[in-house]
Amino acid sequence: MLPRTRLGWWLLALGALLLAAYPWLVPPFYVTLGAKALIWAMLAMSLQLLAGGVGLVSLGHAAFFGIAAYSVHLLTPEYESLSILVTLPVAILAAGVAALLIGALSLRTKGFFFLMVTLAFGQMVFFLFHDTACCGGADGVSVGRPALGALGVEWTLGRGDRSLVYYYVNLAIIIGLYLGLAFVLRSLFGRVLQGIRVNEHRMQALGFDVYRYKLAAFTLSGAIAGLAGHMWVMSDGRVNPELAGWHLSAEGLLMVLLGGLHALHGAIMGALALTGLNEVSQLITERQLLVQGLVVLLIVLLLPRGLAGLSLPGRRHKAEADDDD
Amino acid sequence: MTTEPILETFALTRHFGGLAAVDQVAIELRPGELHAVIGPNGAGKSTLINLLSGDLKPTAGRIRFAGREVAGLPAHRMAQLGIGRSYQKTNILRALSALENVRLAAQARHGQTRLLRIAGREASLVEHARRALARVGLAAEDKSAGSLSHGGQRQLEIAMTLATDPSVLLLDEPLAGMGPEETRHMVALLRQLAADHAVLLVEHDMDVVFAVADRLTVMVNGSVLASGTPEAIRGNAAVREAYLGEAVA
Amino acid sequence: MDFASLFTQVLNGVQLGLLLFLIASGLTLIFGIMNFINLAHGSLFMVGAYTAYVCTSAFGSLWFALPVAIAAGILLGALLERSLFRFFYTREHLYQVLLTYALVLLFEEARAFLVDNDFHAVPVPAVLDFSVPVTTQFSYSAYRLFVLALCLVLAGLFFLVIERTRFGAVVRAAAFDRDMVEALGLDVKRIFLAVFAIGTAMAVLAGALAAPLYSVYPGMGDSFLIVSFVVVVIGGVGSVAGAFWAALLIGLVDQLGKAYLSGVAGMLVYLMMAAVLLWRPTGLFGRAA
Repeated sequence: MLPRTRLGWWLLALGALLLAAYPWLVPPFYVTLGAKALIWAMLAMSLQLLAGGVGLVSLGHAAFFGIAAYSVHLLTPEYESLSILVTLPVAILAAGVAALLIGALSLRTKGFFFLMVTLAFGQMVFFLFHDTACCGGADGVSVGRPALGALGVEWTLGRGDRSLVYYYVNLAIIIGLYLGLAFVLRSLFGRVLQGIRVNEHRMQALGFDVYRYKLAAFTLSGAIAGLAGHMWVMSDGRVNPELAGWHLSAEGLLMVLLGGLHALHGAIMGALALTGLNEVSQLITERQLLVQGLVVLLIVLLLPRGLAGLSLPGRRHKAEADDDD
Repeated sequence: MTTEPILETFALTRHFGGLAAVDQVAIELRPGELHAVIGPNGAGKSTLINLLSGDLKPTAGRIRFAGREVAGLPAHRMAQLGIGRSYQKTNILRALSALENVRLAAQARHGQTRLLRIAGREASLVEHARRALARVGLAAEDKSAGSLSHGGQRQLEIAMTLATDPSVLLLDEPLAGMGPEETRHMVALLRQLAADHAVLLVEHDMDVVFAVADRLTVMVNGSVLASGTPEAIRGNAAVREAYLGEAVA
Repeated sequence: MDFASLFTQVLNGVQLGLLLFLIASGLTLIFGIMNFINLAHGSLFMVGAYTAYVCTSAFGSLWFALPVAIAAGILLGALLERSLFRFFYTREHLYQVLLTYALVLLFEEARAFLVDNDFHAVPVPAVLDFSVPVTTQFSYSAYRLFVLALCLVLAGLFFLVIERTRFGAVVRAAAFDRDMVEALGLDVKRIFLAVFAIGTAMAVLAGALAAPLYSVYPGMGDSFLIVSFVVVVIGGVGSVAGAFWAALLIGLVDQLGKAYLSGVAGMLVYLMMAAVLLWRPTGLFGRAA
C-alpha cells in the first residue's frame, strides 16, 4: 500500500509539490474544481483503507459523507456561520459514531452480504435526509460555510480568495491524511488488517478478534469520509440527500479502482483523474451518463491494476482476496 | 508422568443435522504428553479438533482447559487462552512472507496491546518469530509463504502455531503429503514439542504414531473405541478389528 | 382503523411483495450460484417498464408488451451473460459492482436517448380498467388483482420448476455447492446461462406489469434494486423460498408503513433488515455461516 523504495517516496513528494503549484498554473475555475477533486480524494482514501487495506468493499460509505455534511447544517444556526473548530470535530464525530453503529451490524456479515447490507444502510441514511422534515428535504438546503477561525477571530474571505484558500486547506488535509494512514498501515494494527485481508480465518485462529479489528478500521474509515463531507460543505455551501446516495458511493469505489487498489496514493490519483475526466467529457458531449458508463466499463475491463499499477512496472502487487465462505 | 490433565472433555458431542460426528467423547491431555487420536476416515477426528480449537461449537458436553470451562468459546479466545492448532489443509497467509506469517502469530500473543507502534521497530516480535522458525527448521524467512514447498508450508503451519506460545498443541495431520526425509524431521520435532507442551496429534501414519505417542485414543464413528498406552491399543482386539487390520502385527 | 382501507393496503403490500419476488428470485439465484453481484438488475426492471410504456403508446395495448418483455428479458440476459458477465465470475466483488454500475449508467442513457427524461403514466389495459367489488363497501382495482394472480401463478410455476424438475434440482444443487455440481460433470455454463436468462426475464416482466401501477420515470430502477437486495439479504442468498417470504414481508411492511407511518416509511425496510441480521447474519433461510 505504501511506496517500497525511497524513489517512491520522492515521487510522492514531487506529486505533492505539483499539487501545491497547481493553482498558479490554471484559471480560477479550475482551482475550485481542484479543491473539490481533493475532497473526492479524501472520500476515496477512506474507501481505499477499507478495500485495499482490509479487503472490505462498502457500497454505503457516502452515508458518512452525508451525515457529516448534514451535521454541519443542523449545527449551524440559520444565516450564520460557525467556526471550523466547532463544526469539524462534530462532523467527524457524527460520522464516526454512525460508522461504529452501522459497522457493528454490517460486519456480522461477509462478502456479498456485507456489500448489500452497506448499500441498504446507505440508502436508509439517504431516505432519512430525503423524507424527513428536519433537513431540507429532497432538494437540499444552503448552509453557512464553516469559517476559518475561532473565538471571534475570523479570517473573512472574499469570493476570489476563497477557492484558493480552500484548495490549500484541502491539500494540507490530504497530505496529513496520507501521512496518518501511512502510519496506521505501518503500525502493528495495520499489519493485522493486512493479515485479515489475506486470510481472515487463520488470523482468527491465531488469536485476533477479527470482528473488532474490522470494526475499528470501518469506524476510522467512516470518520475520514465524514471529514470529506465536512470539507464539501465548506467548499460548496449546500447539502442535499444525494451526498449520502449510493451513486456517490459507487463513484468513490470507482476512483479507488481507477487509481489502483493496492496503493494508498491510488485513491488520490483516481479521484483527480476521474474529476478531470468528467470535466473533459462535459466539454465534448451532453450525454454524461454515456461517457461515465463507458469510462467505468473501460477501466474495469482494461485497467485492473489502476493507474498506480501502471506507474511502476515490474512490481508484483498480487494480494489475494479473502476467502468467502 | 501422572499429572493433572490440562485439557479434558466430558461427553463432548457435536451433531450435524441428525448425524453425531462426535458422540460423547471423553479425552484427556496432560502436559509433556503426546496423545495421538487415530481412526478411520469419518471417525470424527477433525471435528474433535475443531471443537477443541473453537472452530466449531459443541452441541453438548464440556471442555475444561487449565481449570476453566471453555466449550463454545470462539477460536480467537481459545488461541488467546493458550490452545494452539495447526491445520490439515495448509492454512497460511500465502501472499505474505514466511517471517511475516510467524511474526503475526507472535503479535497475536504478545502485541495486541500496543497496536500503534510501528511494526518494523518491534524487534521482540521478529525475534520471537525467528525462534519459532528455527525450531521447526525453516530457514527461508523472506520467501512468500505461497512459494514455499509443500513441506516448507507444513513447517510454517507449525511455526505459526508455536509462535502463539500455546500450552496445548492440536496438530491436525501435520505429516500430510510429506516425503520420507521431511517426515523424519517432523517426527523429531514432534518428540521435542511434546517435552514442553501438551500435544494432541491426529495422524494416519501408524508407524509415526506408534513411534511418538505416549497415549492413543481410537475413534470410530464419532465415539471413542479405546484409549490407552500404545502397547495396550496394539493388543486390543476390538481396535485391531475395526482399524489396524493386518498392518501392525 | 378503517377495515376497507387496511385490507386495501394489505392487498397492495402482497402485490408489491410478489413483484419484488419476481425481481429478487433471479437475483438470489444469480448470487447463490454464480457468485455474481448485478447492480443492473434494477435497470432490467426499468427496461420492462419502458417496454410497456412504448408498447402501450405505440400499439395501444399492454398485452402486447408482456410477451415482448419476456422475450427481451431472455435475450438481454443471455447476451449480457455470454458477452460480459461470465468473464467476471471469478473476479473480486469490486469489479462486478463497478461493471454492473457502468451498465446502470448506460441503461439510463439509453432510456434518455430512446424515450426521454419525463415522467409518464401508463394506462391500465381497457379490459381490466374497473374495480372489483370485494365487500359491500369496498372494491379493489381489477388490474391489481390480475397482477397479484399472475405473479402468484408465476411464483407457483417457478417453484414447480425449481422443486420438481431435474433442471430445478440441478439449480438447487448448484446454489448450494457449485463445485460439487461441476465435479459431477454437469455443464455449469449452460446452467449459468439459463439462470441468468430466466432471472432477467422475470425482472423485465415484473417491470412491464408494474408500469401501470407506478408509472415510468428516470431512475425508477434504483429503488426497486435496493429493496430487492434487501429481500435477498433477509431471505438468504440462494434460497428461493427465502426470497418469497422475505419479499412478502417487505412488501407488507413497506406498504403499511407508507400508509400509516409516513415519517419513517422509507427507513422501515432497512430497520427490519438490521433486525434480521442481528438475529441471523445469513438471512432467514440462508446457509449457516
